[in-house]
Amino acid sequence: MAVMTGNITIQSCKPTDPQPSTADWKAHVRAEDFSVFYHRNEAVKKVTLDIPVGQVTAIIGPSGCGKSTLLRAINRMNDLIPGCHTTGLLALDGVDIYGPQIDVTALRRKVGMVFQKPNPFPKTVFDNVAYGPRIHGVRRRAHLAEIVERSCRQAALWEEVKDRLHENALGLSGGQQQRLCIARALAVEPELLLMDEPTSALDPIATDRIESLIAELRGRYTIAIVTHNMQQAARVSNLTAFMYMGELVEAAVTDRIFTNPQQRLTQEYITGRFG
Amino acid sequence: MQLASRKLIDRSFTGLSVFSIVLVAGALVIILTPIVGRGMGAVFFRGTVEHRQVQLDLFGHGRGEDIAAEVAAAEEARRQVYVLIAEFEQELADSIRARRQYAEAMEEVKAGLRELLGPFPGETPVLYRERYGQTRWDRAQIKLQRVLYAETYDYSDPTQMGQKVLTPRVEEFAGTSLEPLFTILPARLEEMLRPRPTFYWRFFTNTATADYSFGGIWPDILGTFYLTFWTILFAVPMGIISAIYLVEYAREGNRIVVLVRTCINTLAGVPSIVFGLFGLAFFINTLRVSEGRSVLAGSLTLALLILPLVIRSAEEAIRAVPHTYKEASLSLGAGQWRTIVRVILPAALPGVLTGVVISMGRAAGETAPIIFTAAVSVARPMGLWSGLSEPTHALPWSVYTLCTEHKTVDEIRHVQYGMVFTLVLMVLLLNSVAILLRARISRKLRG
Repeated sequence: MAVMTGNITIQSCKPTDPQPSTADWKAHVRAEDFSVFYHRNEAVKKVTLDIPVGQVTAIIGPSGCGKSTLLRAINRMNDLIPGCHTTGLLALDGVDIYGPQIDVTALRRKVGMVFQKPNPFPKTVFDNVAYGPRIHGVRRRAHLAEIVERSCRQAALWEEVKDRLHENALGLSGGQQQRLCIARALAVEPELLLMDEPTSALDPIATDRIESLIAELRGRYTIAIVTHNMQQAARVSNLTAFMYMGELVEAAVTDRIFTNPQQRLTQEYITGRFG
Repeated sequence: MQLASRKLIDRSFTGLSVFSIVLVAGALVIILTPIVGRGMGAVFFRGTVEHRQVQLDLFGHGRGEDIAAEVAAAEEARRQVYVLIAEFEQELADSIRARRQYAEAMEEVKAGLRELLGPFPGETPVLYRERYGQTRWDRAQIKLQRVLYAETYDYSDPTQMGQKVLTPRVEEFAGTSLEPLFTILPARLEEMLRPRPTFYWRFFTNTATADYSFGGIWPDILGTFYLTFWTILFAVPMGIISAIYLVEYAREGNRIVVLVRTCINTLAGVPSIVFGLFGLAFFINTLRVSEGRSVLAGSLTLALLILPLVIRSAEEAIRAVPHTYKEASLSLGAGQWRTIVRVILPAALPGVLTGVVISMGRAAGETAPIIFTAAVSVARPMGLWSGLSEPTHALPWSVYTLCTEHKTVDEIRHVQYGMVFTLVLMVLLLNSVAILLRARISRKLRG
């Protein structure tokens, strides 16, 4: 790593010191020496990380550090990119995500995803939320309506859309669209929710609503959120992982990362010296 | 660059753009005006009593007693003409000298009269064309001139083509008992033919006599419709599936895919007559999809012709669907096929439809591919659901044959214009339907 300054060594895959509060956290997703390659280029380098059940894990780091790639590896969205392959282990509930037996659609059903830009389908609000349940075989209208209402309530969207369920989703505001995307992801009852910079395209008020929504969803879902915004990571997450140049520099309880980082690189990043 | 020169360039570019738009619009007007104007002539004209008689006799339209009364009135007016002719013929029969002088001219006059007013009383010709007089007042005027003037050619100057010389028959027959005919005929022609403004909308729904002298162009419209329908049915599913493969499944840079793409692009540039010959050689002679020309062979050939168009437009439309839709669908656990059917295709629909309709217009108007594979000038008019294995009339083909192979093409120019007008109308109609449909779907997609 030519860009590294001499006195910094990056200890990828070295778990941070055990903390009392993390002792009973059970790993939902476990990465061991996990690497992602785009052709020859190693975008994620031998990462070892646990994403604990029911907690909010934030992945921070400068642009191009591989945080999104790591996130998208968990539901295999990287499969869409030609020349992308992985080494090492990435396991969901102890099952290798890249194992030969895995059913990708079943995996993605368990691992929901919210994208950087709100991306509702050009369909009605109802059809957007009902899309997932429908493809998984729910046919009865009443049942679908129930799922839509529950998901929208969970996404703190119901009050705003209950009267316009049959209008086009693209008519909603940006923040509403993003919450709709969260509702859509929740409608298939995932265990894990991946959020790839979910507020980077939103204004502060909409961002605030999404953040409080994440706080509400904590405990019910395991959430992994990629963000550029360190304040956001500090506000919403229990656990923070800092990545730099494809390597995991440090992963620890959020409070500790922001108050007492173990690595100098982490400290420099969170204090804004680079990034 | 200086502000002034930048402005100048800006302005001149704007001016150029406006100029070219005006040019295109002008060309369109210049092309469309005569087509519409003359084409309307097939539908709006002053129809004579003969027209109404034809409608009743051949197609069963109109009230029998009204037409019978009109025909009786017309015959009353014409009787004087026939009396004059009969008297003069008697004179000719009696005098050899008169016969020698007038017999030839007399035959010409009689032929002209037959064309103008229909057969003489008591005659029943075999050809439909000869059974009725002029159905249109504008044509009747021209025919009247043929009766009133003798047409000869003056070849006295060998360096020039023969010059047409018109001599009034009044002078030719001056002093004979036939002379009054040439004053009575123009004066009373209106009573004899009873022209009346006619809106012949049945032009589009009537079948025609074999030489198009009478009737409409329904068989041609129907044939064109069939050919287009089957063409679209063959080409569109295939085209869309190919486009889906090329966009969603094929790996970029794969040699076979590159080859396929090159082939499609090449196919789009192949002259249509080549497609026609290919259709004859492959579908009819090799595969033997039918005995000779048929709708099936023709629409398969046309389908091949428009396939590259459909594939390319569908490919572009599918490629234009935001990638995020696909990601969202996949992240919800949808498989690739379901993502394509439920999300990508609906979003791509406006673009796909535009391509389909443009190719429909192309298929409807193409002549060369159907010359050898589907179109004939004389065919049984097709029933609404008659077989694919029969040959058919088709508008573009009929326009072509009418102006190149018809025996008396001058007589039925109006039919030809009507056909061109109909073809243009069909394509315009198709396009406007597509535009409306596209606008509606886009609005729905945009929210």
